[in-house]
Amino acid sequence: MLKIEDLKVAYGGIQALKGINLEVEEGKIVALIGANGAGKSTTLRSIVGLVKPYSGSITYHGEDLSKIKTKDMVRKGITLVPEGRRVFGNLTVLENLKIGAFYRKDEKEIKKDLEWIYTLFPRLKERTWQQAGTLSGGEQQMLAVGRALMSRPKLLMMDEPSLGLAPLIVKEIFNIIQQIHKEGVTILLIEQNANVSLKVAHQAYVMETGKITLQGTGKELLTNEDVKKAYLGESVHG
Amino acid sequence: MSFELFLQYLTNGISLGSLYALIAIGYTMVYGILKLINFAHGEIFMMSLYFGFYGVSVFSMPWYISFIVAIGMTALLGMMVERAAYKPLRESPRITIMVSAIGVSFFLQNLAIVLFGGRPKAFPNVRLLTEVMQIGSVSFQRLTMIIPIVTVVLLFALLYLVNNTKTGMAMRAVSKDHETARLMGVDVNRTITITFGIGSILAAIGGIMWGAKFPQIAPFMGVMPGLKCFIAAVVGGIGNITGAIIGGFILGIGEIMLIAFLPNLTGYRDAFAFILLIAILLFRPTGIMGEKISEKV
Repeated sequence: MLKIEDLKVAYGGIQALKGINLEVEEGKIVALIGANGAGKSTTLRSIVGLVKPYSGSITYHGEDLSKIKTKDMVRKGITLVPEGRRVFGNLTVLENLKIGAFYRKDEKEIKKDLEWIYTLFPRLKERTWQQAGTLSGGEQQMLAVGRALMSRPKLLMMDEPSLGLAPLIVKEIFNIIQQIHKEGVTILLIEQNANVSLKVAHQAYVMETGKITLQGTGKELLTNEDVKKAYLGESVHG
Repeated sequence: MSFELFLQYLTNGISLGSLYALIAIGYTMVYGILKLINFAHGEIFMMSLYFGFYGVSVFSMPWYISFIVAIGMTALLGMMVERAAYKPLRESPRITIMVSAIGVSFFLQNLAIVLFGGRPKAFPNVRLLTEVMQIGSVSFQRLTMIIPIVTVVLLFALLYLVNNTKTGMAMRAVSKDHETARLMGVDVNRTITITFGIGSILAAIGGIMWGAKFPQIAPFMGVMPGLKCFIAAVVGGIGNITGAIIGGFILGIGEIMLIAFLPNLTGYRDAFAFILLIAILLFRPTGIMGEKISEKV
């Protein structure tokens, strides 16, 4: 579905990506893990065109994504849940969800999707008319995911959905991620929290300072000694 | 001071305040969406008067057609200024765009001198607007009544647009976060262009009513109203539309009342706005309606 080949990105004189290869197969959950500053976000940002790579290619169903503008990505079915949630704090919860469906014209279907989001996240329904800025961190993350889903993505990319959230909420979010996946959405997940993400991922990549250093299925990486040492810590539990 | 005289001053203050409010909205909307103080806005206002003048006096169009054409041309000018002078600088530091705005301001002033001449011109007199009417013992031009009514109608239309339409939602989203809005499929550049268009239309409507009220136009006439309306936007809380309206009325009514109650300070009427600005910046820098700016980590 999505194929990244030899992607190189530099900005401010720093080489953020030193030629990475990554593939997301349709219908899978793919995780990209790694420490802060490894280049994970840069990878996502280059996919949606917010960062311009100087070499390499990104193709989506065989189509070169570098020619497509960021604002047209959702029309292609590619939606990003940005790092730090980035909900529109000055808009209501409902408006945030509606703006996720901004390019769509099928009002009836939008309404249906809205109901679906509200069943996924009942807490958002209670807060429909509240300004998104007044929500808690967990609720904002749910809203950010809901907003992305309103665009009916085929490929949903998530940048650190667990960042700054309490463990219970993280669990909830990851349950939802699996639920969304069951609905037929392909997911590319970026996480520092290797433990949770490897458990749900079919395919996973480990990134270090702009390079992919390891790859395999989620299970393989979960039991890999290097990964254990570097990302899971000594006492793995849960 | 007699009550009638007070009423006379008050109606004057309200209509001047309405005009300030209309122009102040342009500052506040552009600031909201680009975090830019569009110093060229006063010149956009000035140009609208010349467009109106040329339509009636040179091309001898009927005043209503000429004014509509002038409003359209002003909107076009506002959007062109954005495309030419601000859009290429979207990724630049804010100070760069501000310098560009000041440049546009000087450019338009001088362009007006070249195109229209430096000597003041008389704005066409529209009898329908300027006729004097009398309610009780208070007499005023019809305009004094029309201006606040037009303003209020426009304000409600604008608030509806911003709060209840898809375009308005896009504008609010863009004002918060360009990048995320883009990710949601919002055409950020188009939204910004629309914002400049709306701001310029309001400035043009304000400008034409201004011309009817103070029928003398000159290339530098945009400077003082521009500055005052910028102050009105700051007083109200820049970025907030309702705030700009309140700020406009405070400024207009305050200025006229200063003249009414302290006639020997008439020469300082322009100073009133700046004193108000200093006071607001000292005691309530976010303005009346402004939100507290809190950096969330």
